[in-house]
Amino acid sequence: MRKKLRTALTLLSIVVAFLLFGFLAAIRQALTGGVSIAGANRLIVRHKVSIIQMLPYSYKARMERIPGVSLVTHQTWFGGIYQDPKNFFMQCPVEPESFLAMFPEFVLPPEQKAAWLATRTGAIVGRKTAQRFGWKLGDRVPIMSTIWAQPGGNRTWTFDIVGIFDGREKNTDTTPLFFRYDYFDEARNQAQSWGRGQVGWFTIRVQDPSQAAAVAKAVDAEFENSSAETKTEPEGAFVQAWVNQVGNIALITASILGAVFFTILLVAGNTMSQSVRERIGELGVLKAIGFTNGQMLGMVLLESCLLALVGGGCGLALAWVLSSAIAGALAGYLPLFFFPARDVLVGLGFSLALGIVTGVFPALQAMRLRVADALRRMG
Amino acid sequence: MNESTGNDGALVAVEGVEKVFHRGSEDIHVLKDLHLTVPAGQFLALMGPSGSGKSTLLNLIGGLDRPTQGTVHVAGERVDQLSDHRLAAWRARHIGFVFQLYNLLPVLTAERNVELPLLLTHLSKAQRRQHVAAALAMVGLTERAKHFPRTLSGGEQQRVGIARGIVTDPTLLLCDEPTGDLDRKSGDEILDLLQALNREHGKTIVMVTHDPHASARASRTVYLNKGQLSSAPVQ
Repeated sequence: MRKKLRTALTLLSIVVAFLLFGFLAAIRQALTGGVSIAGANRLIVRHKVSIIQMLPYSYKARMERIPGVSLVTHQTWFGGIYQDPKNFFMQCPVEPESFLAMFPEFVLPPEQKAAWLATRTGAIVGRKTAQRFGWKLGDRVPIMSTIWAQPGGNRTWTFDIVGIFDGREKNTDTTPLFFRYDYFDEARNQAQSWGRGQVGWFTIRVQDPSQAAAVAKAVDAEFENSSAETKTEPEGAFVQAWVNQVGNIALITASILGAVFFTILLVAGNTMSQSVRERIGELGVLKAIGFTNGQMLGMVLLESCLLALVGGGCGLALAWVLSSAIAGALAGYLPLFFFPARDVLVGLGFSLALGIVTGVFPALQAMRLRVADALRRMG
Repeated sequence: MNESTGNDGALVAVEGVEKVFHRGSEDIHVLKDLHLTVPAGQFLALMGPSGSGKSTLLNLIGGLDRPTQGTVHVAGERVDQLSDHRLAAWRARHIGFVFQLYNLLPVLTAERNVELPLLLTHLSKAQRRQHVAAALAMVGLTERAKHFPRTLSGGEQQRVGIARGIVTDPTLLLCDEPTGDLDRKSGDEILDLLQALNREHGKTIVMVTHDPHASARASRTVYLNKGQLSSAPVQ
């Protein structure tokens, strides 16, 4: 009230700090969300040299015979563009039955699964992407592949949307599109000579998660010294490595945002403390009137906590709104970009802590202040 | 020579009080073996040159400070021995302060400033409002109740300060240079008010001043010089 401009600017700096906190939380969620829900009993088998090197489809049958392996499926990077390169999302050809069995977190109604099995050009798409582009069941969508051509050299593939899947958990990525591998394989074999009979990577389910390391070793041993040696690792590690390609930039961004967040908190905190120190005289008057030390402490802390909570609350609310608004635009690159509810509570905790930390020392000072000395300061 | 009228019936009894301030390695003896009694209903002026210890004595009587030696009795209570917590409650009940620079909270209106001491009582909101209205009426500021200090003149602010000082009907009103920051006319208005509180309402007042014009309004004046009291000014 005394210095409205300073109060407003302090409040604004706290709002900005917690807005940054919200975005930090969303970035962290985007980077680690996939890792955290990765299946503990799933392994990824990729080319030892690089994920962009392909593996023979024939490896599937050999892996199915390895002790400890209960299921094998595969995916291939399609590299498609829908209308505009900015509209990025993942597309992969897959074998529907083994794929859906491998990834139960993709929830598809039985009738849609049946339609997919019955429709050679059928594709299922995650709810997030379907909503993003307004796709509905029965739509035919053209997607241009940057890698794969159809017979005649046409790179535009048309798919029938026969299913829209949801995620079992909030962390499940519902941005990809999956279509039938048989349709893909036949077409590409007719169109080009390279890549025939090859897939991008395999996913293995192990019978006993505690045996994952042993199974991984066995898989790599199976293909050692072949023309396409493999690297088998837990799905979480694979996702992390994948994320790290994008993550380095995101981590740098997060680090910068984090540093800015704490700097703003320090400045805001100092301003809040300064504000209390300037009013030591007034606090002395209140003590002279008869307010107790405990009441002085409570008043100062209440004020600093209120300011911090109001600013923090506004910043977190703004972060929630803005991250929801831009999640759609980032869906293709960071499909799990959202501000988790648990981090909202963490943020509120931080703002309360800010109020306490910035208020406690001046509050103690006010509490211990000798009234006569305080009154002299007003003179 | 020390000024004393005896302790019988005294509202304030200061006995053998000494106050020493420590400033680094130096000890400053502000009050030396001081004795003072103030009967109930008296309007006492404490005069003396700057640095003589007037405000220090006032602070001791008001429980804002503790003597280095000696005793301070006010309204039958040994003030110098009360804990901080009890002292706060005691001040809220027995003491009203009027400061030279008014010391109003700038973010509160006049009536909210006057209400502050009542927040420490168990009065309801409606009762507090009544007391505030009465106090403001007594100082002639009813129509300025909703104004902030920055829109009040110096004299008006001091009247709000007096209203705040008397709103709980304290046992003792302590005034530290109440007219020190006012022009003559405003100062006279304040002194009129204090005199009225004393004569018409029997309020016991101890007023620190360096102005003989102000002290002339009191029923009794004592002089403080180099930490000691006398009944006559030191030449």
